[in-house]
Amino acid sequence: MKAILAAPLLFLRLLYQSVYLALGQIWANKTRSVLTTIGIIIGVASVTSVIAALTGLKAKVLSDFESLGTNKIFIIPHWPRTGRFKHFSWRLYRFHPQQFEGLLERCPSVSDYTLMTERTRTIRYGVRSIDGARVYGINPSWHTIENRSVTVGRPFSLNDEQNGWQVCLITPSVRDQLRLDRNCTGKRIVVGERSFRIVGVVDKRVESGMFGQMGASEEVFIPFPTAWKLWDPWVYAIACCRKPGLSEEAKAELRFFLRQTRRLEPGDPDTFRMEVIEEYLKTFNRVAMGITAVAGGVVGISLLVGGVGIMNIMLVSVSERTREIGLRKAVGARPSAILLQFLVEAVVLCLFGGLVGAGVGQMLTTMIAKIPHANLQMAHIPLWALGISFGFAAAVGVFFGMFPAVKAARLDPIEALRHE
Amino acid sequence: MSTKPDRIIIRLEKVTRIYKVGVESIHALDGIDLQLRRNEYVAVMGPSGSGKSTLMNILGCLDRCTGGTYFLDGRDTTRLGAGGLARIRNTQIGFVFQSFELLGRSSALKNVEMPLIYSREGWWSRRKRAKKMLERVGLGDRIKHRPNQLSGGEKQRVAIARAMVCGPSILLADEPTGNLDSKTSEGILALFDQLHSEGQTIILVTHEESVARHASRIIRMTDGRIFSDMSFEQDRANRASLNGRFGEMSK
Ligand SMILES: Nc1ncnc2c1ncn2[C@@H]1O[C@H](COP(=O)(O)OP(=O)(O)OP(=O)(O)O)[C@@H](O)[C@H]1O
Ligand SMILES: [Mg+2]
Repeated sequence: MKAILAAPLLFLRLLYQSVYLALGQIWANKTRSVLTTIGIIIGVASVTSVIAALTGLKAKVLSDFESLGTNKIFIIPHWPRTGRFKHFSWRLYRFHPQQFEGLLERCPSVSDYTLMTERTRTIRYGVRSIDGARVYGINPSWHTIENRSVTVGRPFSLNDEQNGWQVCLITPSVRDQLRLDRNCTGKRIVVGERSFRIVGVVDKRVESGMFGQMGASEEVFIPFPTAWKLWDPWVYAIACCRKPGLSEEAKAELRFFLRQTRRLEPGDPDTFRMEVIEEYLKTFNRVAMGITAVAGGVVGISLLVGGVGIMNIMLVSVSERTREIGLRKAVGARPSAILLQFLVEAVVLCLFGGLVGAGVGQMLTTMIAKIPHANLQMAHIPLWALGISFGFAAAVGVFFGMFPAVKAARLDPIEALRHE
Repeated sequence: MSTKPDRIIIRLEKVTRIYKVGVESIHALDGIDLQLRRNEYVAVMGPSGSGKSTLMNILGCLDRCTGGTYFLDGRDTTRLGAGGLARIRNTQIGFVFQSFELLGRSSALKNVEMPLIYSREGWWSRRKRAKKMLERVGLGDRIKHRPNQLSGGEKQRVAIARAMVCGPSILLADEPTGNLDSKTSEGILALFDQLHSEGQTIILVTHEESVARHASRIIRMTDGRIFSDMSFEQDRANRASLNGRFGEMSK
């Protein structure tokens, strides 16, 4: 029992003794120690702050994606340029509303869907007009899918849809630019060449830093059947999964359903495609991890440079202290004690550099987060980055400290004592 | 220590030390046979280059002999590895150098503490023992001083305290007074005398008869060999007669 305990205890004693000596040495050479570790400080600071910035960027993009709705599936007609569809005109493979009839019964993973179509039109009210407003044809289910609240008036109902009325919802910015009253329901505005009665005001879309400029904020919504009748347009659809994570099932069901309603033969390619934000998210996550790893690695090279600096100073220190090493050996220091003393000194220097570097990195990160318009508000140093850069700093210390330490441990005591 | 005072503590048998410089080999020690008992006080003398320092380094386990065997306290040191020798240097041997070899950045106390770091000694008892030792060499009031704040004699006292702090079986001193004036030297030698009277085994190297006078046994070397090894009184008589004959011849 005693024998089993002896070895680790001896090692602990040796380690304690080395730390004691190394700290004493570092303290005795304060200025030099700080200067030596600058390389490591810069290395760790840059690694942590670069990773923090990328983490912030990623978090921002993710939250923006999420504001778009991760459980949404976009269904878009797609023209396969091969097979028998090669010479089809777009009319033949675009979506028809009747192809979606009965979708909800046949696709249990889909909670709702809306057909969509959009145009750019000029809108007029009296003498005022807005050029380039976006006009959407939507089903009433759009309200539950997009989750944009109607602040004035009412949302679309099945009535609007079935009767093909010329009614519309507008965004606050349309209302303000046309100088309409706050409660503007019942007013008629001209969309394109036709007059539409306003039934409500719908909130502007959630501003997301990344995709903020994706569309005009002047939006007008009209019932889909009305749009279909007026424009004979290009149509896409947005479906919504019942639960996040169900997108695979939902896609399979939708594909099966649409292939039937679009009368595709078994060998035919799909004439539509589906895009899930969630999938983009996964891809983006992978790409972001890759970029972070590569950037961290590239910046990590500066840590290696810092390590070379440590090795350099340790070598100087060993040759400067040759007599001291000789003396220590003469009074009974084992080679292992000398080795550990110098190794621990290098590692302690590196860890000290790592600590200061992490502090500097945190400061840089705080500054980065405050850069205006850079979308880096969410920049923070993740714990794993701290762990990695500390571990790496220690490894650098061991790796680059080993050579000088071995050199010191191998010194012959008499030779060392004769050293000038 | 229940060992008898006349017990043999050092035994050298045909010890050689050969340095190779290029193709030449220098026989710094050329077959040394030597026995030392506990509490002896030995002075090693001889002309420069006769191998005194080489002998001291081997006795102090700082160096290994290239031939022969060295028994320290009955143990064959030639069979020991680097770790074993380090342990012996730590526990059995105190070495005093001509040039003091103190750590310039550390206080007298820290310098004396140093060997204890490498033995199984805790922080507190380390300080206590180092302090006691400094008091024993008469430097109780210089504990916090750094080497550059100490006189030559005081520095050597610190070095002696460091050599003695682990309670070594032998104290080795290679020209301990070589860098000191004669008055300071007397003080250091008085300290050695005191340690000897307290039972310490001492071997010192010196060029000066006045220093050797303190020892009870004189070993004279030339060219790596011992040519005379006798008690101080015998040695003096011997030298007197030699001088006498030399005087007649020169007439
Ligand atoms: N490292 C070495 N390499 C080669 N030769 C050496 C070495 N050390 C000592 N010698 C040689 O060994 C011989 C003995 O040297 P040593 O230092 O023991 O003499 P010493 O008696 O102590 O002389 P001094 O009184 O001048 O100190 C000398 O001839 C010296 O040149
Ligand atoms: Mg010498």
